[in-house]
Amino acid sequence: MTKFFTLLGREVKSFFYSPIAYVVMCFILFLTGFDFWWGVSLLDRGPSDMTVVQAFFDTFFFWMTYVLIFPLITMRSFSEEFNLGTIESLMTAPVKDWQVVMAKWMGCLIFYIILWIPTTVYFWVFTWATQAQAAHAPGAYAGSYLLLLLMGMFYCSVGCFASVLTKNQIIAAVISLVMILVLLFAGLLQYVMLDVSGTMRDVFGYFSPIEQMSSFSNGIIDSRPIAWYLTMTTLMLVLTYQVFQTRKWKV
Amino acid sequence: MIKVENLTKKYAGFTAINNITFEVGKGEIVGFLGPNGAGKSTTMRILSSFMPATSGKASIAGYDVFEKSMEARTRLGYMPENVPLYMDMRVTEYLAYRAQLKGVTGRRLKERVGDVKELCGLKEVQNRIIGTLSKGYRQRVGLADALVHEPDLLILDEPTIGLDPNQIRSVRELIKNLGKHHTILLSTHILPEVEATCSRVIIINRGRIEASDTPDNLRRQLRGAGGIRLEANPGTDDAVAELQKIAGVKDVTVQEEGEWKRFLVRADANADLREEVFRLAADRKWRVRELSQRGATLEDVFVEMTHTE
Repeated sequence: MTKFFTLLGREVKSFFYSPIAYVVMCFILFLTGFDFWWGVSLLDRGPSDMTVVQAFFDTFFFWMTYVLIFPLITMRSFSEEFNLGTIESLMTAPVKDWQVVMAKWMGCLIFYIILWIPTTVYFWVFTWATQAQAAHAPGAYAGSYLLLLLMGMFYCSVGCFASVLTKNQIIAAVISLVMILVLLFAGLLQYVMLDVSGTMRDVFGYFSPIEQMSSFSNGIIDSRPIAWYLTMTTLMLVLTYQVFQTRKWKV
Repeated sequence: MIKVENLTKKYAGFTAINNITFEVGKGEIVGFLGPNGAGKSTTMRILSSFMPATSGKASIAGYDVFEKSMEARTRLGYMPENVPLYMDMRVTEYLAYRAQLKGVTGRRLKERVGDVKELCGLKEVQNRIIGTLSKGYRQRVGLADALVHEPDLLILDEPTIGLDPNQIRSVRELIKNLGKHHTILLSTHILPEVEATCSRVIIINRGRIEASDTPDNLRRQLRGAGGIRLEANPGTDDAVAELQKIAGVKDVTVQEEGEWKRFLVRADANADLREEVFRLAADRKWRVRELSQRGATLEDVFVEMTHTE
């Protein structure tokens, strides 16, 4: 376990060694800041049944920002080690493959969590400035941030999987972006499939992060997405582990 | 310490190492020689559990490198070719990280990191970022990394490649000192280095072991590659024929330099013909200005064994 934490420590720190952490943080803060301003000005236009949480999370801007985060933070994880050859010193030290996979995934997840911490300030400032109690609800915060964590776990595992496939970071980034976009757009299919039966559309709806977010940011915490994200994260990590092991056969 | 039995590694359509068997005993410094692509790095990577062999067995300190990989890796300090390092970490931080990965903890961690920095001459760069260090220092960081957990066995893949002569000398001294307490297997292209440091040499070519012996024995086997150099003015033209009459002479070549002739007398292995050559020259009253034995170098051995037409 000590070795796992040593690996994890290096993974988290490695974000901050390079400018990547700061660039990604600025980029995300700029976009989410803009998204928040947009949401607030929407609420400002007139009476609305939306809370500020919904106005922030349940928008086009939010999703546009969201899908870009994962390729940026996960593309280096394995690809860089393969490319620099440091994988050789890493894997000839007495560490187990699963420890490396888990440390890389959790390192990305921790950085992802750090990325979202500043956004809590937005809501704090909003409440302090407007005193609009109706617009802010504890359940909505809990729901939104819980879903953010669950989606983060899953999409980080998707990103790690993409990164373990190649030693080229750009290719890793593109693969993970495409995978995440496909997952996101699959949820949008329900809006275009007009002639399909209700059940089919419901099924797509269940898997749609956009649908899930609209209920979670309303404070409705559904157990189905929780189970879905936990199992899918496990699946992707198992796949990542399997692919990581194949390196021994193709070196 | 190392035991390799019938080890074979095949890549798609090409056999990198073919059924090799060797042993390295405790306390030995063994040089692993061979031309590029001979299978040195492949063998070392298998020994360090970085990749599996196609068939055969390898073990370190009695632990099979596949089945008991963790135990084997704990006892091994491995420095890969080209020394891959995390360029964004600082020297001390990197060594501490590596030591922890290899199971060094607590007070011993600080001690060990301090010790290897001292040993490898890294004190003056300990707070620098590895990416800003020169090649020589990076090499030393790699060596310090391999040593940090006090392994019984060191495997060094071309530890002096890309260093300047002064750095090579200091790394060579370091390796020699390490040999007092560690078993070392190192690969290199620099043959004088092997002669200076290694107690035994394994020559590998096209995936097979060509020879495994002490540098002295290898040279002795190949004394004929050297021979006797005689620079004389015999005054006659039949000097070559006379020299060839001496028992044990394989062939004689001659170079003319004005009225002086330079003969190179190649003898059979293990024969020292200096006395006979001298007697012949004295009997015939040749004027001699040089008579010397040119010993075979490890380079001659290497070329002889790995030469391909």
